[in-house]
Amino acid sequence: MTGSGPEPDSHRTSDRGFPFAAAAGVAGGAGSGQRSSAGTTLDDYTDRYAQRMRGMTASEIRALFSVTSRPEVVSLAGGAPFVSALPLDAVGEMLGSLGGPAHGATTLQYSGGQGDLALRERICEVMALSGIDASTGASPDDVVVTIGGQQALDLVSRVFLDPGDVVLAEGPSYVGALGVFQAAQADVVHVPMDDDGIIPEALTEALATVARAGKRAKFLYTVPAYHNPAGVTLSEPRREQILDIAERAGLLVVEDDPYGLLGFSGEPLPALRSRRRDGVLYVSTFSKTFAPGLRVGWVLAPHAVREKLVIASEAQILCPSMFAQSAIATYFASMPWREQIKTFREIYRERRDALLASLTDLMPAGTRWTRPEGGFYVWLTLPEGLHSKEMLPRAIAARVAYVPGTGFFADGSGGSHMRLSYCFPTPERIREGVRRLATVVEEEMKMRAVFGTAAPGAAPGVSWTPAGTFGAAAAHTPSPGQE
Amino acid sequence: MDRHVLILAGGLSYEREVSLRSGRRVLDALRAVGVEAVIRDADVTLLPSLAADRPDAVIIALHGATGEDGSLRGVLDLCGVPYVGCDARASRLAWDKPSAKAVLREAGIPTPDWVALPHDRFSELGAVAVLDRIVDRLGLPLMVKPAQGGSGLGAAVVRDAAALPAAMVGCFAYHQTALVEQFVPGVDVAVSVVDLGDGPAALPAVEIVPSNGVYDYAARYTAGLTTWHAPARLDPKVAADLAEIAVDAHNALGLRDLSRVDLIVSPDGTAQVLEANVSPGMTETSLLPMAVAAAGLDFGKVFATLVTRAVERG
Repeated sequence: MTGSGPEPDSHRTSDRGFPFAAAAGVAGGAGSGQRSSAGTTLDDYTDRYAQRMRGMTASEIRALFSVTSRPEVVSLAGGAPFVSALPLDAVGEMLGSLGGPAHGATTLQYSGGQGDLALRERICEVMALSGIDASTGASPDDVVVTIGGQQALDLVSRVFLDPGDVVLAEGPSYVGALGVFQAAQADVVHVPMDDDGIIPEALTEALATVARAGKRAKFLYTVPAYHNPAGVTLSEPRREQILDIAERAGLLVVEDDPYGLLGFSGEPLPALRSRRRDGVLYVSTFSKTFAPGLRVGWVLAPHAVREKLVIASEAQILCPSMFAQSAIATYFASMPWREQIKTFREIYRERRDALLASLTDLMPAGTRWTRPEGGFYVWLTLPEGLHSKEMLPRAIAARVAYVPGTGFFADGSGGSHMRLSYCFPTPERIREGVRRLATVVEEEMKMRAVFGTAAPGAAPGVSWTPAGTFGAAAAHTPSPGQE
Repeated sequence: MDRHVLILAGGLSYEREVSLRSGRRVLDALRAVGVEAVIRDADVTLLPSLAADRPDAVIIALHGATGEDGSLRGVLDLCGVPYVGCDARASRLAWDKPSAKAVLREAGIPTPDWVALPHDRFSELGAVAVLDRIVDRLGLPLMVKPAQGGSGLGAAVVRDAAALPAAMVGCFAYHQTALVEQFVPGVDVAVSVVDLGDGPAALPAVEIVPSNGVYDYAARYTAGLTTWHAPARLDPKVAADLAEIAVDAHNALGLRDLSRVDLIVSPDGTAQVLEANVSPGMTETSLLPMAVAAAGLDFGKVFATLVTRAVERG
């Protein structure tokens, strides 16, 4: 032993202790195993981390999720698009050609910080499907290409948020956005929603509450179409109401629209951005319409904001991947992408149907859920007193995974809910997963009944409002007492 | 001599991620001392691969039931593949905390008073009545933990009887049987036991000081949240007692090659055994590697020696 530890004999006075120095052949080299008497945290950087890193700790949830990669587990937790449905032969050929002699000199080069113009033009074609076109002031000049929608959210936060600023967001809200806002040291105030999306009166109230606290809400972050995780869509009448309230309050709207083209019935509702030239930043991604592995998204912003976003992006990543941009631009120029989106819709619709039917058939009374008209997710409300996070180990033991609702609230509330995704497993696997989940919920209900415990924090609070028409377990109407 | 070592890591337990990190660390350490090793999961491809490419020895870095309940060791016995660590029977015994505590107590090794109950006993007999009995008999505070499992998952300290039902529910989410034991205030200490050929011997005790007072999952696996002292800051006499108790526990449970015995040291210097682990964590923040380093030993060489012993045992 070396160093300033206790006297060398303190740990070897027992004749049964390990005779360290005498252990022929196994003694370590010089310097191994040095420890000071002050102990070690095994992290010599502890007092040097930035404040925003505080509270980021190893998570039990991550530990529980680690088994979901095994095929034995039916994962209703992930949000991975079903990319196997792509024409992979053709896509592979295209990617090979892009890296080859004909295109490699361009595709393997840097791009501009704002992103490749050819791609930005394609992006405008895609946005036109949601009503965002030249007539509403959309131009390739005002598009910034990003590394997925996630970087777009980070850029918007960098450009607009100071520590302590308030961001209004739906309750629940996309977990990846909450992470971005937390890193920006902003305070998230959740605005309740129901089956028609964010509730206008609740938005007005939240604005007033923030103002009374002497704070300023910088923007409303919203996923109006096929919400992640709630699965609901902001209704047509409410779209104008929300925009009006925001306009009056001078509140920016950040519209995150990854799923807008993945509706199951008819055309997408015109996006918020299609109704206002100013005051709305529109964020989307190719992750769900094509391939998340390419990591390409974008933000459409008013001209002045766009300048700042480009500068911020250059500081962060210099430029997005030219190869990925070329792959997307080529795919959207030369392959039947509209038909592909229809294929995706059909697949997801079939899986949504499987999930809703299984829930109706199998879940115990008192369970309720939303009925998405597109996208990937169903938001489920557990029978009273159950807590989705506390129940998770039981679910993993039963080989089914979901995401506890707590991840979708900045304050960790939402324990009475969970997110179920239907995008990846086959309909048969979805049904099997729900079968397992129903058993888990029943067992947890029995256990709670035996011990007479309602989970603290399981009450929905502001997280979800009683209005609206939820799905419900077959032959059971939720009693009036169950919010 | 060139050895072909197979490290099993991953598995289907909640400690899968920890296990993958453990396996990776053992792999790196073995390679650093020139022993060739590969990692694989214990899945449906394992047995065909054992048949096609029989390793000289297996290191079980799986945590949780697969690695520790003895069943996998039984399968390796069926395949005639030697492995580092104790046999199936001892593993099963140590894995089930109430069974292990019963053996320790019979052997005169101190361990806190306890009761172990499956969940259906509570529904049959009435939870309130049973919990009242437990509190009457064992007093407060209490430690509630799953009868099987690790990494502090599902465990809770109960200081107020009103919090006991919730702790039981939390525990039963992890396992159908709960171990409720007297909470002994004191210092958490882990003593690793290694047998490199001269019989089981204790490595220096490692003292655990979680910054928020509770050695839970986050404290175990987030660098910076826990301070460890290796060797533990103990009176030499107490340290000697700990070493003796740990080796006694290792022997009483019939363990082999290596184990980690977790103890609590009261302010008066008396120690009690909480549990013994047959497949202790090997990650960057795990206790056995710290003890190996505190002993001035090389982690890779220790495992190389254990592999040799396993191969020679056949």
